Amino acid sequence: MAYGRICAIMERNNMFKSLGKLGRAGLFAATALVLSTAAQAGDISGAGATFPYPVYAKWAEAYKAETGVGMNYQSIGSGGGIKQIKAKTVDFGASDKPLTADELNEAGLMQFPMVMGAIVPVVNLPGIEPGQMKLTGKVLAEIYLGDIKKWNDPQIAALNKDLKLPDSAIAVVHRSDGSGTTFNFTYYLNAVDSDWSKVGVDSAVEWPTGLGGKGNEGVSALVGQTENSIGYVEYAYALQNKLTYSDMINKDGEVVAPSLESIQAAASNADWANAPGYYLILADQPGAKSWPMTAATFILFYKTQDKPEVGKEVLNFFGWAYDKGDKMAEDLVYVPMPDSVVDMVKKSWSEIKDTNGKPIL
Amino acid sequence: MQKDRQRFLMRFGDPAFRSLTLAFTLLVLMMMGALVYVLIEGSWPALRIFGPAFVWTSGWNPVTEHFGAFVPLVGTLITSFIAMLIGVPFSFGLAFFLTEICPHPLRQPIAIAIELLAAVPSIIYGIWGLFVLAPLFQHDVEPFLIATLGNVPVIGMFFQGPPIGIGMLLAGIILGLMVLPFITAVMREVFVSVPAVLRESAYGLGATRWEVVWRVVLPYCRKGVVGGVMLGLGRALGETMAVTFVIGNAHHLSTSLLAPGTTISAALANEFTEADGVIYTASLVGLGLVLFVLTFFVLAIGKRMLLGSAKGGLA
Repeated sequence: MAYGRICAIMERNNMFKSLGKLGRAGLFAATALVLSTAAQAGDISGAGATFPYPVYAKWAEAYKAETGVGMNYQSIGSGGGIKQIKAKTVDFGASDKPLTADELNEAGLMQFPMVMGAIVPVVNLPGIEPGQMKLTGKVLAEIYLGDIKKWNDPQIAALNKDLKLPDSAIAVVHRSDGSGTTFNFTYYLNAVDSDWSKVGVDSAVEWPTGLGGKGNEGVSALVGQTENSIGYVEYAYALQNKLTYSDMINKDGEVVAPSLESIQAAASNADWANAPGYYLILADQPGAKSWPMTAATFILFYKTQDKPEVGKEVLNFFGWAYDKGDKMAEDLVYVPMPDSVVDMVKKSWSEIKDTNGKPIL
Repeated sequence: MQKDRQRFLMRFGDPAFRSLTLAFTLLVLMMMGALVYVLIEGSWPALRIFGPAFVWTSGWNPVTEHFGAFVPLVGTLITSFIAMLIGVPFSFGLAFFLTEICPHPLRQPIAIAIELLAAVPSIIYGIWGLFVLAPLFQHDVEPFLIATLGNVPVIGMFFQGPPIGIGMLLAGIILGLMVLPFITAVMREVFVSVPAVLRESAYGLGATRWEVVWRVVLPYCRKGVVGGVMLGLGRALGETMAVTFVIGNAHHLSTSLLAPGTTISAALANEFTEADGVIYTASLVGLGLVLFVLTFFVLAIGKRMLLGSAKGGLA
């Protein structure tokens, strides 16, 4: 297990990452060359969020086997994905942090949600098993604000009467890099605690307390290593690293555990139809079974396509993923979008036009 | 035939070699200039807003886009200081032992073992620090320090707060271990270079081992020793990966050495790839500029000390 974590950290290590980037850049240049000589030979390219990378890679593999069209995805982070699609170096961008309707219009982009996942609080307390602890958003916010300093604080104890909480300081762990996960997490804390406004909501914030780990892997490693610590990671990382996740008390006051079911519940309560540009953050959704820290990851795409054939290939790929990719996503602990949302997204694709104003699909 | 060749070489070989080496030198200078240009140009959007106060302002807030280099700068200085506090005396002792006390057959193997330590990649030190040293610090070392040194007046303030394991102290100690082989290797090399006649004369006059090293060997090779220390300091100031693992990456300033902090290089490694917004990116490049200037001054001061001491020394 420790070995797995080391590998994860090494992968995330900057040196390796930038080497990988160089490699990818090289690959990209090579593909560009091939493309220009072989008269648009079909492959599509995207860049962005690291969180959905495993499922996009899996889809790409299966899609290639089925159709012969390859998809090259650079998992460089949401910020990088937004930069690259704006620079038009890729056919689509991907981000865990949605752009607002204004930002989309300004750039001529549209976005649609692709898959969902959960952010879970993870703790390292001797003798406490996964799912035994319960937290509310407000308590979580106060821990991250540094107002609740000890594990046996009355506010935590009141929620966990059956647990023996130690009289030791809480080691708060947050992300040290910019991250869509942090954006969704701070969005949730801000929604449930008015005091959070002094920190704000963004992919990187000025944390009032705690220590930082790089990437979901870094936070997992720090929490795994540090007794009396608390952190937040994507659900898959908590499972992989066998970390002790905590249950949450959601907006309806119900205790929920992170699961495919509770993520799906949060998503089904979400009102996608009335969200301009699908700008919808799934934090703190109503519903008895809703996991409060659910997050969707988004695809960014130009509304006017310079190369309609390539644009069509991209939409074919994502259409295929919506139709046939659910099982693959669930195997990797991602939650597919509900059918009603998929129908809506597919309908909105008819607005994508080529430079002559003709729909590309 | 032979003569012709020689004449040809004398005629053209020398100038060709001269211009080749000159070209190398100019290339390095140009790279240096280009580096400074890129750092200033890249950080300009931030420097224009924050001005020179960027260096002594604390606060690192990507939401409001207020950035100051003070916290990482102080973190860099403190961790490097701890590293030198550990690295220099240890290295001196090691080099002393290896050149004066250690039995001859063991000298070479031990020296090679120490040099091998220098070849260990920094990420290995980081992983070792996080998975082995950090739990040890959290459970044993730090509670002990808090219970003992924490109660001493004045220096007690350096040993406060909850024991987390990860923090400035651990980062400094890891750095100390990392610079140790560098400094030791250089010190040993220069100690050995002291002519045997000097050493033997001193022993002949009845000097103890300590007196020989302190009064004869060290003054003779002060230049080399300072050079070795500077090499170690240079590594400590710029070390990124190992520090990122164990320092806690928090933009906070605390008097306690047990608290998490950050250094310039750790902040860059953590935040550069995902920084969005012009000011944020420019502030990170600005951090790079601050580190560049800091390293330049430290090395310049080192060089200065070196020249000053060379005048007074035996050399």
